[in-house]
Amino acid sequence: MINYIIRRIFYALPILIGVNLITFFLFFIVNTPDDIARMQLGQKRVTQEAIDKWKADRGYNKPVLWNANADGMKRLTETIFYSNSVKLFVFDFGQSDSGRDIGHDISQRMWPSLAITVPSLLLGLLAYISFALILAFFRATYIDVWGVILCVIMMSISSMFYIIGGQFLIGKYLHLVPISGYDTGFEAIKFVALPVMVGLVASIGSSTRWYRTIFLEEMNKDYVRTARAKGLSEKLVLYRHVLRNGLIPILTGVVVILPMLFIGSLITESFFAIPGLGSYTIDAINRQDFAIVRSMVYLGSVLYILGLLLTDISYTIADPRIRLD
Amino acid sequence: MPVIFITDALIFFLLGMVALFAWYAASHEHLRAPWRQVASNPLAMAAVVVLIFYILIGLLDSVHFHPKLEQRADQPDQYSTEVLSLLDLITEKMRTRVETSYSAPFATHAFSREMLVLEDGSEIRDYPKLEYAGSHLADTDSAVIDILVKALAGAVSGLCIWLALVALVVFRLARSRHLSVGLTINSIILREGQVPWHIILCTAGLLIIVMSSLFHLSSYYHVLGTDKVGQDVFYQALKSVRTGLLIGTLTTLVMLPFAIALGIMAGYFRGWVDDVIQYLYTTLNSIPGVLLIAAAILMLEVYMTNNAEAFTSVEQRADMRLLFLCMILGIMSWTGLCRLLRGEALKLREIDYVYAAQAFGVGNTTIMLRHVLPNVMHIVMISIVIDFSGLVLAEAVLAYINIGVDPSMASWGNMINSARLELARDPIVWWSLAAAFIFMLGLVLPANLFADAVRDAFDPRIRKQI
Repeated sequence: MINYIIRRIFYALPILIGVNLITFFLFFIVNTPDDIARMQLGQKRVTQEAIDKWKADRGYNKPVLWNANADGMKRLTETIFYSNSVKLFVFDFGQSDSGRDIGHDISQRMWPSLAITVPSLLLGLLAYISFALILAFFRATYIDVWGVILCVIMMSISSMFYIIGGQFLIGKYLHLVPISGYDTGFEAIKFVALPVMVGLVASIGSSTRWYRTIFLEEMNKDYVRTARAKGLSEKLVLYRHVLRNGLIPILTGVVVILPMLFIGSLITESFFAIPGLGSYTIDAINRQDFAIVRSMVYLGSVLYILGLLLTDISYTIADPRIRLD
Repeated sequence: MPVIFITDALIFFLLGMVALFAWYAASHEHLRAPWRQVASNPLAMAAVVVLIFYILIGLLDSVHFHPKLEQRADQPDQYSTEVLSLLDLITEKMRTRVETSYSAPFATHAFSREMLVLEDGSEIRDYPKLEYAGSHLADTDSAVIDILVKALAGAVSGLCIWLALVALVVFRLARSRHLSVGLTINSIILREGQVPWHIILCTAGLLIIVMSSLFHLSSYYHVLGTDKVGQDVFYQALKSVRTGLLIGTLTTLVMLPFAIALGIMAGYFRGWVDDVIQYLYTTLNSIPGVLLIAAAILMLEVYMTNNAEAFTSVEQRADMRLLFLCMILGIMSWTGLCRLLRGEALKLREIDYVYAAQAFGVGNTTIMLRHVLPNVMHIVMISIVIDFSGLVLAEAVLAYINIGVDPSMASWGNMINSARLELARDPIVWWSLAAAFIFMLGLVLPANLFADAVRDAFDPRIRKQI
């Protein structure tokens, strides 16, 4: 097991290098720092001095890949590539274009993100699995048919409408919770409730339908027929056999997104003004702060790869037939 | 003078491809059978009718030209710099009758009070009359009756169009089945035959009558109200159809060659080819999608600001951005299909007919094209129709983060985005949101239903169970 994990981590390295190169290519080669500076400073009639100053302030005035003027190792280290991309490998995100320490911002902002994503995930799993079980129990009846149609309708509605509708109905019309904002400590609950609920409702359609297929697939298997043949009631078959075995693909499917929970949800956070990493990224996109966007791209990729690794490990735990080495 | 945007050219190219594929499928029984199953599904066929309706609007909006300027006959022809489409011509009245600000659906007066100067010189605060909507009325109190009359008139003309359509379908069916017209009508009403024609015709009838009624009304009123700058919301929603369709289809068109070629090659050759391709898609996949789009769009913006002279018109800029967005979405979305195809190709390469072809000395390229590709086409087809609705929905989200289509371009995402800010008003401005909601649901729901039917018909695992 340990061997496998070590091997997988080594396998992840080239992928991380690839991600790093892609972002570097996008942000520094396709458009040079001069272009970015000109755009940030606004007008076309920017003097070269202003551009140079902007670049010098942010350390973009070094050569891109190879510094011929320096000597020794500094030829490599005194470059944009080294100072902006290589350092990402040790999670040194450096400073944002507006001069803030990105690493510090991230460590502060991930908590509000988690406050939204973790309850959403847990409550969501509970709700979707229950709904899917109900549909599977009533399979091939009108309840099932209309349930599935309802699911399809719900997944055909853009998530924007759920958010806007939720804010309007619960926040503005019923005045149950504040429309947006965030607070620390226990006060946060009333701010968190609405985004969590909206997120839950928004993905009921697709998740319930998907889980229902998983349960139905389980129900066609031999062990279920055996269980029924033994004379077990349908309820017992469902809870004791179908649910337990259906949970394997569901939970291993969830594992892949676990690390991504830190990143938060871009749209939800920015709509509800939650000061998490999602709104941090959106703000950076809107302010065109390239340093932050670059860091978040990298962080997201690292977490995704971590998710893949965890998925593989969880498969071995859930299903002993799979051997990793 | 016609103008051809790149996306226009691509959409007609796509149409040609679909036609070619339809012709190919019609002559091959193994492809015809699943499509017949789709055609016998009433829900799917109703969905197809709605989709065709959207596609027609989109196609009308994809024929662009510079309108001719009015002038004396002896001068050479001159063209306006404005770019219009056929749809703009049809909806001329909606496009040109711009009010000053918000007005509710079917309203004859503006949404907010203004200072009005009466004839005797005194000032009052009241809702001003709209410039165009209901301007044909002498007395705006009778608007309700007028609306009903106009709606009925539109519905009747819609009914006529529908009856003509029904007659056309019945005659075609009667000829192909060698039945008399009466018997054909009978069989449609009695729901005989595989294709649920009664559903198709009813859906088409409902659509045609409602649309024709709305259309007739729209030259007198703003049926879905007007937005902040007084533009007709119905017109915007119609114009957005093209954007939605393009995002859903062009993205697939862009990614399809990569996904198919790389996926099949990875599965067929295995070894280092497989490693490289797997590395490629794992890397691309591990970059969070929204962030990659954001980064790419930011870069495009930088490029466009620095090369402003290359883009002559606003429309051209918007078109480039749309195409670029489709390309980025395509780059991100090919990985899923590629992985599926790789898995399938891995299985197919061990099948006897592939071994036989290899033993006969058939080249790898030919084997992949003739033996592997046709056997993975069902996966390709399923993934095309399933991806479509997701892409249309994604557009709205991207517009919210300002990394979607150009803000000057009509799109549902942009409509939602601008309407969202107005919800704080009291009474609220709901109609822009409602229009975007109805039009999006009207496209995505049929697309989802159709996708389900296609998947059920083509997925061999499901087919076995039936």
